Parts: sequence; structure tokens; C-alpha cells
Amino acid sequence: MLKYIALRGLLAVLVAFTVSLAAFLLLNVATDPAYAIAGEDATPDVVETIRARYGLNRPLPVRYFDWLGGVLTGDFGESYYWHKPVAELVADRADETLKLAFSAMFVTILIAIPLGALAALNPNSWIDRMALGVAVSAQAVPNFWLGLIMIILFGVMFPILPVSGDDTWRHFVLPAFVLGASSVPAVMRLTRTGLIEVMGADYIRTARAKGFRGWPLLRRHALRNALLPVISVLAVQLGQKFGGSVITESIFAINGLGRLALESILGADIPTVQMLIFVFAIVFVAMNLLADILNAAIDPRIRIG
Amino acid sequence: MTDTQISTTGVEAEMTLLTPRQIFRKRLLSHTGFLIGAGLIATIALIALFAPLLAPHDPYAQTLSARMLPPIWAEGSNPDYLLGTDQNGRDYLSRLIYGTRVSITIGIGAACIGMLIGVTLGVLAGYFGGIVDHAISFLLTAQLALPGLLLAMALVFIIGPSIWVVIGIVGILHWTYYLVVTRSATQRIRSLDFVAAAVASGATPRQVIWHEILPNLFSQIIVIFTFELGIAILAESSLSFLGVGIQPPTPSWGLMIAEGKQAMFYRPWLVVLPGICLFLLVIGANLMGDGLRDITSPEGRNE
Repeated sequence: MLKYIALRGLLAVLVAFTVSLAAFLLLNVATDPAYAIAGEDATPDVVETIRARYGLNRPLPVRYFDWLGGVLTGDFGESYYWHKPVAELVADRADETLKLAFSAMFVTILIAIPLGALAALNPNSWIDRMALGVAVSAQAVPNFWLGLIMIILFGVMFPILPVSGDDTWRHFVLPAFVLGASSVPAVMRLTRTGLIEVMGADYIRTARAKGFRGWPLLRRHALRNALLPVISVLAVQLGQKFGGSVITESIFAINGLGRLALESILGADIPTVQMLIFVFAIVFVAMNLLADILNAAIDPRIRIG
Repeated sequence: MTDTQISTTGVEAEMTLLTPRQIFRKRLLSHTGFLIGAGLIATIALIALFAPLLAPHDPYAQTLSARMLPPIWAEGSNPDYLLGTDQNGRDYLSRLIYGTRVSITIGIGAACIGMLIGVTLGVLAGYFGGIVDHAISFLLTAQLALPGLLLAMALVFIIGPSIWVVIGIVGILHWTYYLVVTRSATQRIRSLDFVAAAVASGATPRQVIWHEILPNLFSQIIVIFTFELGIAILAESSLSFLGVGIQPPTPSWGLMIAEGKQAMFYRPWLVVLPGICLFLLVIGANLMGDGLRDITSPEGRNE
């Protein structure tokens, strides 16, 4: 088990380095950041001054290792746009995004697991078809559009929930629903397939023969096994929620990392964008590692094979 | 992960007398989801093709005297503008019609680029195995870790937004699904007898891949292409909505939603209508993909 975790951990660290290199190269080689800062109409003189000011005239490997060295000591450089240390900017805004991501996952669990379970217990019934319909539709609805529709509905027609800002928990209800809805199809389908598979297993037949029916059967025997794979998928989905916060936060005016990402992109603030890509990727890698470890802890075949 | 549970009808038994092609056609025509999806896609494709004939107005023409007209079912509408006009007095129906062209062009373009990258890597990893497979699997893990939307936004903004930049960037960020599926399919095909026969008769890896492997991957690639079409269209609309995709005055549905956002409390149709168009196009692609998957591999639906 320890050996397995160590191997997975090493892989995660390697992926983190690769991702940092990829983010750096894409943002610094695919284009010239000096032009992005100066704007399209800048004279060559201005661009040259900017290059010198931000150290962009140094060779690429020097800049990468300079950046990486900073990252390892917690220094992500200074924002071109806010003229503050990037790490400070990100730390200030992280809690709103954490709140949003976790409440979104809560919404996903609340909708997807009961719906998936109901569908699995009544295969090919109207409830199964409805659940499938929800999954297929949720996959096709643009997330930002769903957010705007919620704002129109709750801002004008049913003004019972705030549609903008991040002051109280009530401000997070609609954004969490919108962000959480995007994970519903995957989680619901997995719950459904897992439960159908488990319900066909021998030990469930035995439990049935012993007189277990309905909810006790589900709770004590079936759900425990069926939900194991769902837990690791939830970890992965949580990792994706951070990257997914960009749209939700900008629509609902939540002052978190997603909104910071949009603002820094529109302000050509490369150090902030670079750190956010890195941080989101690290969160994703960490969540995947967690899912791998959970899986191995649950299922011995994985850590041995 | 994205398996479907539409059960095929119990017509398997009577199909034994038919040719594979006849069975395929029969399954296609008896799959409701596929028919709905294909119908939606065909309709939208025809609208895109004949946009100049169908659109009642020039989608770029601004009539300042006819700004913000409501659609025909609301009070104060003008029968010249069936779905009303936007803040610049442009006919909304015509802009929605021309919007099909933007979405379909970007969807097909990006899905093709992703296909080139993903299928190439998937076949190489599946065919050669060993270190090649490890390297490509590592690349996959790294790509999955990158926040796609954020990276796409940053790249489009820095390179400079245009339709070709959006196609290229959405394409190079959406190849993982192709890779995962073609890799495992190639591994399976590679172990079959006819590949061993080709290798024994002296075929080079390149010949085996082109003549034995790729033709057998065709149906799976088409299925993923259909799904990726929908994913790419949603990605473009998100980018355009955030202001780092298609730029005004091009009629992109995502951009139209962003432009209508300011007035959405008083004129909700400006936001609602383009969203419905996006939904219909994407659900059409998804239903078609689900259907094709059920039909081409009825025994392996839950893979």
C-alpha cells in the first residue's frame, strides 16, 4: 500500500512539473508577453522598455527556472496589473472559490446520487428514462446560459435568493446549483451503473432471501459497494470545479479565483494567469491522487496488480 | 464514464438472416435517440448551408430606428422582425440563422484537429506499447490536469481572437477522449489473428496501422467525433461569452448571449433564444453520438 502511494505520489509530482513547464511555455513562447502587456499599437521602443522592466529579455530557460525557483519558495512573482505579489492576490481570493467548489459538490451529490439510485432500482421505468433525460439535457446546456437563466428567474420573477455577490451563504445557493449541475450527468450515470451491477450480485440475492427489502437492503448492503467508485469520481470532479469556477464566478459576481483569472487574462497579467493555471492543475492532480489512494484502500486488487 | 443505457430492441434474433449493412441500417432507424439527434443536426446543417436564402435580413445591417424590438408574440413587435432586434437594431432571427455557421464551422474544425492529435497518439501508444505507451499516457495525465477553459481563454486572448485561433486552440485542447478510446481499441485489434497474419507476411508497422488498424477504428472515431462536436461548440460559446472568443460583429451564439446580458431583465429573449439554439445543436450531437455508440457496439455499450 505504501509503495503504491509513493509511486502515485511521484507520478503526481512529475505531472505537476510537466504542467508548470507547459503553462510557462504556452504563455511565454506561443506569444510574446511584452506585446500582450503593451497592447497592439505599441511602438518597438515601448515594447523594449517593458521587456527590460519585467526581465523578459532574458533567455527562456533562465526565466523558467527563475519562476520555478520562486514557486518552490512560495514566491509567484509580482502581478503586472495589480502591482502586488501574485501569491497574496490568490490567497486573498481562495476562500470564496473553496466555498463555491464544495457547495457545488454538495449540490451534485444531493441531485445525482438519489436520482441515479432511483433509476437503478427501477430500470427502464419512467423514472429511469427521466433520469437519463436529465443527464442528456444537463450535458447540452451551456453552463453560463443556465446561470443567466437562474438570474432572470430569481432576480425578477421569484426574488427569494440573491443573484449577485458573495456576502452570505444564500449568495452561494444559485452559483453552487449552476456549477454543481455540470457534474450531475457523470455522477448520476456512475451511481446507476454501479448500483445495477451490485443489485445483481449473489450477496444481494442472499440478503433478499433472508428477508431484506427496500431501504434497509439498499442502505446496509447495496449502496456501500455501489458508491465506492462514485467517491473517487467525486474527488476528480471536485478538482475540476476550481477550473470551472471562471464562468460561475464572473456571472454571479463572486470575488474568487475564477473571477481573478478572467480579470488577469483581460489585463494581460501573465504572472497571475500562470500561477492560477498552476494552482488549478495542482488541485486537480491532488484530487486525482486522493481518488487513486481511496480506490487502492478500498480495492486491494488495484494496489497489488 | 459516459455510458448510455438505452436498450436495443429485441430484434437481434430476426437479424441473423440480414447482411451486416442491413442490420446496421435497421438498428439506426429503430433507435429513437439517434433519429432525434440526426434530425436536429441535419436541420441545423441545412439552415447553415442555406443561411443567405433563409435569413430575412442582413445579419450585420443595423437599423437604428428599429432597436430592441420584441419578438412577434410580445407587445410592440414589428412583423418585419419575427424574433425582434438587438441593441444595434439587427434582425435577431437572421443573426441566429447565421450563428449556425459559426458554431458548426468551429465544432467541425476543432473536432478534426483533436481527432488528428488524439488518434495519432492513441494508435501509436496502443500499437507499440512499452515506453511509447508510458510516455503518451503521461502526456495524457498532464493534459487532463491542465484547466482547459482557463488555458484556452489565456491563449486566445494573447494570440489575438479570430475564428481560426479559436478553432486551433479548442482543437489542441480536446484530444484526450480520442486517445483513450483508440489506444485501448488498438491494443485489442493488435492481438487479433488478422494482424498477426499481416505481420507474418512481412507488413511494416506503418502498413499494419494504415491497412489493418485504422479501418477498424473508424466507427469508434466517428462516435467520439460526434461527441467532441458538441463539446467544442460549447467551448467556443463559453469563450465568446467571456469576451475571449469570436469578436463582434460576427453572430456567434455565445457572443449574442453576452451582448444581450445587459438588457436581460427587460428583454430576456436576447439571452434565452441563442441559448436554446446552442442547446438544440449540442443535444443533437450528443443524442447522435449515444445512438451511434449503441448501434456500432451493442455488446460493448457500457465500456
